[in-house]
Amino acid sequence: MSDLRDLYEEVILDHNRSPRNFQKKPQGANRHAYGFNPLCGDEFTVHLVVEDGIVKDVGFEGAGCAISTASASMMTQAIKGKTEEEVHALFRKVHDLLIHDGHGEPPDIGKLRVLAGVHAYPNRVKCATLAWHTLNAALENTQHETVTTE
Amino acid sequence: MSTVEHSIATTNVSAFDVNKIRGDFPALHQEIHGHPLIYLDTGATAQKPQAVIDALSHFYAHDYANVHRAVHTLGERATQAYEGAREKMRKFIHAASTREIVFVRGTTEAINLVAQSFARPALRAGDEIILTQMEHHSNIVPWQLVCEQTGAVLRVVPVNDDGELVIEELEKLISPRTRLLTLVHLSNALGTINPVRRIIAAAHAANVPVLLDGAQAAPHLGVDVQDLDCDFYAFSGHKLYGPSGIGVLYAKETLLDAMPPYHGGGEMIRYVSFDKTEYNELPYKFEAGTPNIAGAVGLGAAIDYLTGVGIAEIAAYESDLLHYATKAAGGIPGLRLIGTARDKASILSFELEGVHPHDIGTILDRQGIAVRAGHHCAMPIMRRFGVPATTRASFGMYNTRTEIDALISGIQKAKELFR
Repeated sequence: MSDLRDLYEEVILDHNRSPRNFQKKPQGANRHAYGFNPLCGDEFTVHLVVEDGIVKDVGFEGAGCAISTASASMMTQAIKGKTEEEVHALFRKVHDLLIHDGHGEPPDIGKLRVLAGVHAYPNRVKCATLAWHTLNAALENTQHETVTTE
Repeated sequence: MSTVEHSIATTNVSAFDVNKIRGDFPALHQEIHGHPLIYLDTGATAQKPQAVIDALSHFYAHDYANVHRAVHTLGERATQAYEGAREKMRKFIHAASTREIVFVRGTTEAINLVAQSFARPALRAGDEIILTQMEHHSNIVPWQLVCEQTGAVLRVVPVNDDGELVIEELEKLISPRTRLLTLVHLSNALGTINPVRRIIAAAHAANVPVLLDGAQAAPHLGVDVQDLDCDFYAFSGHKLYGPSGIGVLYAKETLLDAMPPYHGGGEMIRYVSFDKTEYNELPYKFEAGTPNIAGAVGLGAAIDYLTGVGIAEIAAYESDLLHYATKAAGGIPGLRLIGTARDKASILSFELEGVHPHDIGTILDRQGIAVRAGHHCAMPIMRRFGVPATTRASFGMYNTRTEIDALISGIQKAKELFR
């Protein structure tokens, strides 16, 4: 069971129990996207308030497993106040962290590094990336169809 | 229920030698993450006995050739093995003739075949096909396709809180526009055994033919198609402890006779010219191209194995396992069973308060326990119960009470971790 703690760190369990910025559609939200993982049925909608190229506020709704919920919750905390450019850069870093091949240093992403445990569970990587792909789609605001992790 | 089930009560469960059976399945004897494998995903696909693995290997090593065309010895041996498997299958499901046994890739292809070759030519705009809320996607989507092609419409039989069909509603849905009733025999998501004899009788009273999706029922209940009087019965080899990529469509001969071929090609013809092609006799009319020859041979070996153990004995043993598991799971606070029908087999589907099925799946896997977490390709019934997914433990003839104890303690550990 001890290795399971690498995946289900206390921080992740806490964000799963009480997700931040959850069930919230911020006033003035002007970017939205819906993401769906057909493998397990996890689904999230991400709402953003983007003004002058800055993510002023963010909220998300939906349902998913502990990994996808915690990842979404931590994501909302990490991106608030950041520029679109910075958010894109963060998305790439998280992506690199999750598919990191073990060579070289993993990217430095502060609190989000607790997601690194997912790396040892290849069939759970999509859980962790669902909210981030949805965020990307919301930023692009080009979404006409459901974003999926497939 | 088929007659096979009626004999269950008299079967002595303790006479069932599960240790001997486990010895026949090499895949079961391995460690996963440092724990002995406990395979509780037989509903998705069954592990294979050595006899099936050996049959495939022996066939490829000694008797392999194409079927039905060669005059040489290997061609004859391969044809005999392939047709021998068809006869074993006929006997296994008690069909009247091997002309009614069509080898296909699996349940999905069997249903698509019926949708395209039986239903499509007959359907007119406004005609109705009845199916149920608990169907697998493979018994929904082929009918949606044929409805798009013809303008026919689907009528859906609701399911009650226990996961049983509301039979009165089903009977009300049968109308003069009903062209087919299609339903699952044993639900993969809920474990419900549907009262198919009563349903078939009601449908036949209105001249409506019935297709049964027997993917789960065939390995767990035993099937007698003549006793059931179903018109079509579709199932897969891989859930019957046989190879993947081979399955069976049973259909009454009169229906097959009247149906156009599903695929065109070699094997399914008698005579071809550019003006006219004559189709081959049954069942070859529906087996275009070189079939999954070894798959059929392996499936034949699986049926020999199943028959050797005894399908009634297997059903009785699994029924005991399910009762044991149901009782034990009921003692876990916060665990809610999805599917509590009176008549159930082999499937324990549940949700656990505060822990998502996907997380339970990962936590159990780290203890060597393989279960399915997800929507089980049956999204409509998940929505019916207001859950995005469930955790499903499904049992086969090789599972034990000790393994169920490990499952229960694994679920407890998941609860602790998420406390």
